[in-house]
Amino acid sequence: MKPAFLASAQPEDTGPSNGLLLRLLSSDGPRSRALAALLVVIVLGLAATPFLFGGSQPLGTAAKICVFIALAASYDVLLGYTGIVSFAHTMFFGIGGYGVAIALDRLGPTWTSVGLGLLGALALSAALAAAIGLLSLRVRAIFFSMITLAVASAAAVLASQMSTITGGEDGLSFQLPHQLRPAFRLFAEPVLGLSINGRVLAYFLVFFAALAVFLVLLRIVNSPFGRVLQAIRENEFRAEALGYRVVAYRTAASVIAALAATIAGGLLALWLRYNGPDTTLSFSIMIDILLMVVIGGMGTLYGAVIGATLFVLAQSYLQVLMGWANTALTGVPVLPDLVHPDRWLLWLGALFIISVYAFPGGIVGHLRRRH
Amino acid sequence: MSEFPSITTEQAQTPLPRSKTDWLPLLLVPALALLALPFVGNPSSWVTLTVAGLAMGMMIFLMASGLTLVFGLMDIINFGHGVFISLGAYATLIVLGPLAAWGKADSLALNLGLMGLCILVAMALTAIVGALFERIIVRPVYGNHLKQILVTMGGLIVTEQLIHAIWGASPIPIALPETLRGAYVVGDIVMERYRVFAVVIGLAVFGGMQLLLNRTRIGLLIRAGVENPEMVEALGYRIRRLFVSVFVAGSALAGLGGVMWAFYRQTLTAGMGMEVMVLVFIVIIIGGLGSVGGCFVGSVLVALVANYVGFLAPKLALVSNILVMALVLVWRPEGLFPVARR
Repeated sequence: MKPAFLASAQPEDTGPSNGLLLRLLSSDGPRSRALAALLVVIVLGLAATPFLFGGSQPLGTAAKICVFIALAASYDVLLGYTGIVSFAHTMFFGIGGYGVAIALDRLGPTWTSVGLGLLGALALSAALAAAIGLLSLRVRAIFFSMITLAVASAAAVLASQMSTITGGEDGLSFQLPHQLRPAFRLFAEPVLGLSINGRVLAYFLVFFAALAVFLVLLRIVNSPFGRVLQAIRENEFRAEALGYRVVAYRTAASVIAALAATIAGGLLALWLRYNGPDTTLSFSIMIDILLMVVIGGMGTLYGAVIGATLFVLAQSYLQVLMGWANTALTGVPVLPDLVHPDRWLLWLGALFIISVYAFPGGIVGHLRRRH
Repeated sequence: MSEFPSITTEQAQTPLPRSKTDWLPLLLVPALALLALPFVGNPSSWVTLTVAGLAMGMMIFLMASGLTLVFGLMDIINFGHGVFISLGAYATLIVLGPLAAWGKADSLALNLGLMGLCILVAMALTAIVGALFERIIVRPVYGNHLKQILVTMGGLIVTEQLIHAIWGASPIPIALPETLRGAYVVGDIVMERYRVFAVVIGLAVFGGMQLLLNRTRIGLLIRAGVENPEMVEALGYRIRRLFVSVFVAGSALAGLGGVMWAFYRQTLTAGMGMEVMVLVFIVIIIGGLGSVGGCFVGSVLVALVANYVGFLAPKLALVSNILVMALVLVWRPEGLFPVARR
């Protein structure tokens, strides 16, 4: 016998026409025309970026969006689906980055070192996540938030102190495997007006890996395991009473999220050919992830897609807009300081607070409610 | 609510049994200090280290005490607490700007007056902002830990950015008043003056809090509220008003801690509060969420361990706090003095 909440949460049957796509999405479609359109635009836009825009800056922004979609989605497994707040997500992100960076730096630019580095990082992340979860989720979930904050800050200090291994504050720059270097050409002739060089290949590696991570996470949250996580989020006591071991499930969720974050970190390091404390470990990235997930919409992985895309775009382009407003308002007291290009986080922070109060489902929740 | 035993006159007349004081955690601090003595070796550097650790511990206690009390009383966890520390630190600029001469003067009275003014202004500012913060940020999310964490983080981001907007984003150096610089030298024992000052302030606040909590009516109500808020409310006291005042007082204490911390670091950054929050959280977890005494013991414990370890094995100092926390949690999973049993 399945408990009632498991049965009732199953999605309704859909026609055979979009069956394959829906299976790929683990029967958890966007359930809103506007959202579906937005997602299609984002995915196609990301896939076509190398063909549409020249130059390295749009490609860099697109790669960052891909990485942060995977990262925010993995965080949403914890925050939105399990209902626990971790501040150590950047630690796992950083472990992934450092794993790849250290392996490529020490063992030379081969695919074997990429694999070894990533595997080592995954093992370390899983062990750490399990240890933190088992130590702190026993008593109450709020311990988890504080302890992850403490552990993450210790990890950040540790990474910047152990400079012989991690490169300290300077971080590590390294060479990529031959196929991912800019000089490499996959075909002699350009495809659709674009010569497929190593940089483009690296972009597509990031794109498809992030897509795969996202689809796997979508599969996990829509599995019976994922339903139990949601049950724990809704009512911890009742889930325990039904016979689910809450600590074990929460710890498992935290390990899964940590593994996905580690992969995202590895991808970012591969793309940047560099890893340092500021790119993956800093607390401000943790705040960025929180903003992405909450503004996009907690408890649905599509929220992570929307949130990450919006946030990275805002990071790159909102400042331009604010600079314009800043010059337009010169002479008015106080206001120019508030719209100074460096104060963009102020407005996203305000949006964040409003989201938590007024739109608990974030943008996705808002789009879905209209139908 | 199961059956209450009916109270006979006989029982009513016998005095309540005194609650046993839990000595074990209290002994931890002197035990640790004594244990460190043979490892440090040199008694004079041991005294220096211990005084430095105590000073650090007092400052952490000032910053943490409000947070733990607010949690104990109303089950609210304020992740934005750190911003009151930063705000208190920046408030010193309001005083240091016009009264810079007082700090440069070689007169203890003027210097202490300046410090006192800084503390007063900082506490007033953080109290006002704390009241606003409670009203706007915290009140709509009572009873929901997840939203509390999120929304207070949001409050932290916004207030930090506002500090940037008002005082600028670059770090600001501040100078200690003349007579608080340097060190007292007794024999070959060196004690920095400012650290001694910090110990005095910390002990005074701790003493004051203990008196307030244990010897006054307000304190009685606060302790009763920590124990059982519904009961206090049922007896006709406005627990909400009590809570708001504790929240405001906690913010003001964070502001005081911020002033002390600012003069200790002698550099102001908007993120300084959040940096020290890591220690604050460790301390209130070690002490037991909601316990002021536990918070005091935890602060001193963490700071002493950090100082001794930093002296003996600098590489280990980075993880010593985490290690202390893990050990305490293995020993007592709810902290040294578990209070709020919810």
